[in-house]
Amino acid sequence: MLDDFFARALIAGSGVALVAGPLGCFIVWRRLAYFGDTLSHAALLGVAMAFLLEVNITLAVFVVSVFVSLALLLLQRRATLSSDALLGLLAHSALAVGLVALAFMTWVRVDLMGFLFGDILAVTRFDIAVIWLGGACVLSILAMIWRSLFAATVNVELAQAESMRPERSNIIFMLLMAAVIAISMKIVGVLLITALLIIPAAAARRFASGPEQMALLASIIGVIAVFGGLFGSLEWDTPAGPSIVVAALALFVVSVLPTPYLKLFKNTQTGEVQIDHSRGTGQ
Amino acid sequence: MLQRTDSLIALNNAGMVRAGKWLVRGVTMTVEPGEIVTLIGPNGSGKSTTAKMALGIFKPDEGIAQKRADLKIGYVPQKLSIDWTLPLTVSRFMRLTGHISRKEANSAMAATEVLHLAKSEVRTLSGGEFQRVLLARAMARKPELLVLDEPVQGVDFSGEIALYELIREIRDKLQCGVLLISHDLHIVMAATDRVICLNGHVCCSGTPTTVASSSEYKALFGARAASGLAIYEHSHDHEHLPDGRVRHKDGSITDHCHPGDGHHDHSHEHSADGKGTSSDA
Repeated sequence: MLDDFFARALIAGSGVALVAGPLGCFIVWRRLAYFGDTLSHAALLGVAMAFLLEVNITLAVFVVSVFVSLALLLLQRRATLSSDALLGLLAHSALAVGLVALAFMTWVRVDLMGFLFGDILAVTRFDIAVIWLGGACVLSILAMIWRSLFAATVNVELAQAESMRPERSNIIFMLLMAAVIAISMKIVGVLLITALLIIPAAAARRFASGPEQMALLASIIGVIAVFGGLFGSLEWDTPAGPSIVVAALALFVVSVLPTPYLKLFKNTQTGEVQIDHSRGTGQ
Repeated sequence: MLQRTDSLIALNNAGMVRAGKWLVRGVTMTVEPGEIVTLIGPNGSGKSTTAKMALGIFKPDEGIAQKRADLKIGYVPQKLSIDWTLPLTVSRFMRLTGHISRKEANSAMAATEVLHLAKSEVRTLSGGEFQRVLLARAMARKPELLVLDEPVQGVDFSGEIALYELIREIRDKLQCGVLLISHDLHIVMAATDRVICLNGHVCCSGTPTTVASSSEYKALFGARAASGLAIYEHSHDHEHLPDGRVRHKDGSITDHCHPGDGHHDHSHEHSADGKGTSSDA
């Protein structure tokens, strides 16, 4: 089965989606979307470093992402610029420096599009091993800090007062995000990683009644999006990475449909149309 | 463990400076097991800052903050907002910072009368309901120190009395220390062992009686507030607190007044305060 490039793509994509779900929930809960964007843009600088130093790309991307998050922490403490300006500054300068550095390395022939938009159909068995083993590590560490990280998400001071060590969890969470960006870059590319993190989590919100449930649902929705996107890309000959994001978007749109329309879908199957206005659009 | 004599938390000459301005300075205080300590003071007097230094949320810029090793704290913060993106039911919220058995969670929720809300989303609760959920969560942890930052916000008047009554019951049952923050000068005093009055620094401290009669206190809050406190001097046997409060809200004085319990000395102050508060309310 692993001999088939399409099967490899499905397996690799599902692995990334499973990890992206729970992590993406925290990004949504903590309003870190732009932070995720910054890290993933900086990933291109990691790619340039990998070529320059001739090291593994995933490793280089991870290291650069970690440095960018630490730089952000330091700048937030010292600088007078607001957080979003700092994030924009870091994101786009890291992206630009990465592109310029790659251009200087004339001996390197890289498929830039592959890094920007992903190259899921070219994943190797080694990539799959990295994604599933790395993903398993990320998920186990996340499970260990889950209670503390969630408590800190609800209220940092409460977590601090009740000895949940929120600062430690926050730093570990940043490292996990850097790791996920490093392993998922090949699947959807640096420009779309944040989408894979956020959209399934956002789609899961409507149907979840608890944080753990939402994390699980986000993973499932992510896997559905990967399957939908890949089969769609096969069917209509569209780029695989963006197709996955479009599939996730479609699932999100279904999730925000007002309740009456969802009921309409259900009821047309039984031949009975009933619009119930008394129910809200979800809590 | 509770028999140990060392304090749960201790501040020694602690102070915090922000943007070149001292929020609070020179605070020395302790909370002992089984003791209820109340911080009072006007808005911006550094009550929350002081509590947060004691809790270890803020590091003092001056002086020392100490906490007993592995101290189990139950914290009821002043403000807590839950975003729409966060699906969180009351029963999940009860387990936020540690495992709590269903039975313990239910009995705590029953004590604060929010058991019927267990399956509700936290976001949909009213202010008063949420306050009671916060308290239930903190007490279900069976803390050694309970810290409450303005716990009566959004709670209606009779609920307020019940809430303080409950805090005292929790103290009696768990033998925990309690650190209460309040700007509610009247009602909070009854169940309190020690009052620390803040205004950027400790302006006076001691038993409610001592504080209420101190000139610093009167200067800070005015004579009317001081007379309000006088009501509760004799209420230290606790049972009289709800009666006392209801009475002076109504304006009638004698309903629950028993000769010889100290009321008579203060009856004139009751009426003065009764008018004062009702015009306030």
